[in-house]
Parts: sequence; structure tokens; C-alpha cells
Amino acid sequence: MQFYRSHVLVCGGTPCVLEGCKAVRDALIGELKRVGLDEEIRVVETGCLGPCDLGPVIVVYPEGTLYEKVQVRDVPQIVEEHLLKGRIVRRLTGEGRLAGIVSYKEPTYLETQERIVLRNCGIIDPSSIEEYIARDGYKALVKCLTEMEPCDVVEVVKQSGLVGRGGAAFPTGLKWSFTANADADEKFIICNADEGEPGTFKDRLILEGDPHSILEAMAIAGYAVGAKRGFVYIRGEYVLSIEQIGKGIEQAKALGLLGEDILGSGFSFDVEIRKGAGAYVCGEETALIESMEGGRGEPRVKPPYPGTHGFLGKPTVVNNVETLANIPPIILNGPVWYRGFGTSKCPGTKVFTMTGDINNKGLIEVPMGITLRKIIYEIGGGIPEGRGFKMAQTGGTSGGCLPREMLDVPMDYFTLPEMGSALGSGALLIMDDSHCIVDIAESFMRFFARESCGKCVPCREGTARLHDIVKNIAHGNGTEKDLEVLKDLSHAMEKTSLCGLGQSAPIPIMTMLKYFGDEFEAHIKDKLCPTGTCRL
Amino acid sequence: MDVMPASVDSSASIIREIIARHGESKHELIAVLHDVEKAFGYLPENALIQVASSLDVPLSKVYGVATFYTLFSTEPMGEHVIRVCENAPCHLLGANSLIEALTKELGIPVGGTTSCGKFTLKHTSCLGVCGVAPAMMIDDEVYGNLTPDDIPVILEKYR
Repeated sequence: MQFYRSHVLVCGGTPCVLEGCKAVRDALIGELKRVGLDEEIRVVETGCLGPCDLGPVIVVYPEGTLYEKVQVRDVPQIVEEHLLKGRIVRRLTGEGRLAGIVSYKEPTYLETQERIVLRNCGIIDPSSIEEYIARDGYKALVKCLTEMEPCDVVEVVKQSGLVGRGGAAFPTGLKWSFTANADADEKFIICNADEGEPGTFKDRLILEGDPHSILEAMAIAGYAVGAKRGFVYIRGEYVLSIEQIGKGIEQAKALGLLGEDILGSGFSFDVEIRKGAGAYVCGEETALIESMEGGRGEPRVKPPYPGTHGFLGKPTVVNNVETLANIPPIILNGPVWYRGFGTSKCPGTKVFTMTGDINNKGLIEVPMGITLRKIIYEIGGGIPEGRGFKMAQTGGTSGGCLPREMLDVPMDYFTLPEMGSALGSGALLIMDDSHCIVDIAESFMRFFARESCGKCVPCREGTARLHDIVKNIAHGNGTEKDLEVLKDLSHAMEKTSLCGLGQSAPIPIMTMLKYFGDEFEAHIKDKLCPTGTCRL
Repeated sequence: MDVMPASVDSSASIIREIIARHGESKHELIAVLHDVEKAFGYLPENALIQVASSLDVPLSKVYGVATFYTLFSTEPMGEHVIRVCENAPCHLLGANSLIEALTKELGIPVGGTTSCGKFTLKHTSCLGVCGVAPAMMIDDEVYGNLTPDDIPVILEKYR
């Protein structure tokens, strides 16, 4: 085995790829070869490191020096100065939040973070199963197969208090128990990687950065509930995720960690990829199953739930990517350890993706129950250009909009719904005071009107009408009656829509009316847009 | 992207090959349509008819599926498909001016195809690269942190 004195990790997450990290990687390899260091220093392409707006990002180990916005032209200097002479290139260590951080191991940026789901992202080469195994990968599966009965596995997940991270927050252990207790000749595990909630890109970066954590978790789920086949349903747009999972499946099969009679235990489990074809509604589990069966992605009437009547009518566990990534550490360290993170009611961590008007955009993982203020001002670095905070939308486009007064609300799956919002998928859209609420509301409603699948009337008609009304208000044609209609319609949609799409589409509107009603009224009564955004 | 084969026979054999690869199960409909779309650049009517009879699915259902998903098109598309995102995170950071620059540069509205057949411009659902919003995707390539000034430079690469 070859040993190296240094490793240079190049972030290969999609945001860095589109800033040119592949060219930087190739330049590094070429330059190291040119100066004869290629036997001593290894260049590794890893998953997402987190600071997505600073790409391409590279880290030099063992020091842990983080360089940001590295271009091909910077490569000779990094090699010459740092890798040959041992002098850090200060010019590239950043001016912002990463300034002066010479060790990625303990930067202030990561202090408030807690990495369970992202434990390997940005640390290992996602294309290498050996590196995953070196970080205790597949150890949890081995533990299940050799030391635990299937019912014990379900019990551990139940005890951990893990709830679904796709947004619905259904207890994962309970979900598994429905399928485990169902009597059927065939059962299935589906990983829901149809990430479509605007502002969310955590699943993409987990799949790209640590594909084996998902495959291991699916095999564990299969063992726990008695399923032999698993599917990863990935959006067609996620080209790199599909590639990484595909590679991961091949590698795991080659080592006998997936396939027939895994490690001689008698347990067999296979995973296949199903590629989505572009439909937001397919993130809903029954719509996803319809799509897997070759149909339009239209949700089914529930009950029965997929746990007992899922893919091909058989008992099926459908879990989100992030939910699954929590499973191996829970099995290895136990439920008590897991409950040590987050709040007593909502244990564990949450991965958030920060977007919009915030200094530090990107991927973070923090304990459940952290306040919005801490995320925005400590980790997120506040609002750019010294502007004021106006609102944060939690949970993606189907989430609620929280004003300044709500900055100290704990972020977890149970507190936010009490405020009329939702934690959802973990998207955080931050807006400064230069934006108009009505203009943003129109953008939200246009999204739902486009994405409604059309199966049930309240959603099909409701989303279109909500959009029409908000558009009218934005164009100065609103009437006072509109606000009443918006509220009535929202109420009807929440109560009568078939699935989460129609039920949650009114959430942003309801919270905007509640906290920013005066802006709607200014557009209607005074025909005035307080921020000057709308052309009235 | 491949161009439409000249003869109906050769297109029929390409579709036969695709179906053979996935198996004649109605559950493979979406996987089959993905490959047909890739081979022809869109889903031609005769292809849908052939797929329907091979997989033993009513043509109406095949058409329903073909028109449900945004990655499928029943109309011929340009050589390069530009998918521009205008969801909230992109909207907030200036997607509108980006779309204006694209429609102006290409001389077509969103949903249109240039007369030379080079580009089709479409809206897309969230591309999941919101950390570098506003973003768009051309074929399989994603572009982020865009300003209207970037548009002519990027399009030049495909011209």
C-alpha cells in the first residue's frame, strides 16, 4: 500500500464542479508530477466541504489548510510554496469567514456544527469504498448481520427518536415496524432521492459525497424489515449523484457487501437506480411509487400507506437520503448516544442548505433546536452589504416565512409547526429588506401552479387561483376582498388536498399574510410597492 | 445529441434495441422513454406508438406519461436544451434579468426553439445548486453564480 506525506482534497461537489474544480484537480496532478512530488502527495476528489459559494475549495492535509476560490493559475504557487516549501499561501486562505483558518479541523465556522450525516463529506474520496470502510463504513451492517436480530434493529431505530428528514417528520423506527410486521412474499426499500424542494440541495451533496452511507443504510433497513431489493429513486437532473451511487453499487457488490448472501450471513440485498424524469410531486412517496411503476407521478389516496401497500402493492419502506445517512452511526453508537444531540423531543442533527441574502451560502449540519438567529448570524455570517433581515423561509417553498421577531425560535420538527411554519427539508431562504413580499409570494405560487400534478381539484384549481390572485395584487389590480379569498382558499386546500403538495402550498401565503399583511394592503389600497420592486 | 435517423425502419430498430435492454415490462416505461428521448432528442409520435404496443400499455397512458414529466418532450427540441431556474432562491438573486438576457440573446421566448434548431429555452424545476444561484443547465452541464453578462459568453461555446 502506498503512503503519502500529504493529501490535497479537492471538493468535487456540484457547486465546485461548476466553478471549475476538475481543471484545478488536473492542474494539481500535472504540477505535482512536473516537480516530482506525485509519489509523495496524493490529490483526492472529495464530496462537499460546505462553503458552496467559495468554490473551488481545496484542503491540504495533514495541516488542514483550506484554500478558497482556487483557480488553475494559483496551482503552481500552491505546489511551489506550500507543498514543496511548507509555507501557507495566505493570499488564498480567504478574506471572509475562512480567513486565518489554517486548520479545517477546527475552524470557527465548524464550531457550532455537528457532523453525523455529513461525517464523511469532504473527508473521503466518494469513489473509494476502501476510504468509506476505513471510516467505519459497513461496520454497522456487519454488526446487524452478526450480532442483532432484525427486530432489534427496528427497536434501536425506534429508541433513537429519528424522524424522517424529507420533511414529514414521521418516526423512522415506527415506519420500519409497519413493513417488518407485514406478511408478504416480497418487500422493498426505496431511498427517496427525488430532491425537488426549491432551495434544498443536501441530498444531492450527500449522494455525491458519501454514497456508501446510503447503500449501507438501505441494506440495514432491508435486513430489519425483511426486504431483499432496494431502489434509489434519483432525479434525472442529478447527473453526478446518479454516477456516484452507480459506482458505489458496483463496488459494494464486488466486495460482497451487496448482493447474494452478504458476508456469508444468508442475507441477500440488491440495490438498483431508478431515474426520475422531472416532477416535483414525485418527492411525495406514493407519487414516487407510481412513477417507479411507470406511470404519471400522481399521489395515491392514503391509507393504505406504502409501509404495507407500496411498490407493486407490496410492503415498502420509503426513506429520505438524509434519514438513511443517520442509520449507520445510530446502529454503531446506540440510541442513547444519538439522543445526546438536539432536543429531547427531536433528537439528532439537521442538515440545512442556506441560500438567498446570506453571506455564507452552502451546506451545514447543526443540532436540532438551534435558533434561526444562530444559524444566520453565527454560521451564516449575517446579511450581505449591511442590509437588514426581513424574513427567512424555512423548509423550502412549501415552508412558512418567519419575520425578525421569530429569530429566536428553536429550529425543530415540532416547534416550527406551532408557529405556522415547517422545518421541512431543511432549506433556509434568507431575504433582506430590499425585497418585496408580494413579488416573492408570486414566485412561490407560480411554482405550485406549475408543479401541481392535477389529480385532485383543491390543489389543481387552488394553486392556479392563488397564483392569479397574488399576481393581480403584484400588478396593482388587487381588491380588499382578495385577502379574504386567499385565506378561505388556503384553508380549503390545507384541509382537502390529497397530498402534501396541495396541503402545504398555502403555508407560505398564510404566514406572509400573518406577518407582512401591511405590505399586501399597501399594494391593494395604496397601489404602492413599499420596496419599489413591483411595477404597479 | 443524436439526430433523428432518416428512415422509419432504423428508428424502429433503435427503439426495439432500447426496449430489449430494459425488458418488456410496463414498469420500465419511464426508463425506456428516457433512452428514446436521448436517442432522438424528443419523443416522436411513431416512437410512442411502438413503445405502447411493445410494453402492452395503452397509447393514451404512454402519452400521459410523456407529457407529465419535464425531462420529456413530444415536440422536436433544439440541439442544446437550456433549462433556466426561476424558483425562489434564484428569483431572489436575479433570475429575471437572466431570463431577459437569454430571451434577448436567443430571440425566442421561454418554451421556444431557435429557427436554426440550435437552442431550446425552457423553465426548469429547482436544479439543486441554490448555493450558487441563479443557475441554469445546458444539456447535462450546470452553470451557477450567473449574471446577464455571462450569457453571451456561455452561449458562444455551444454555437
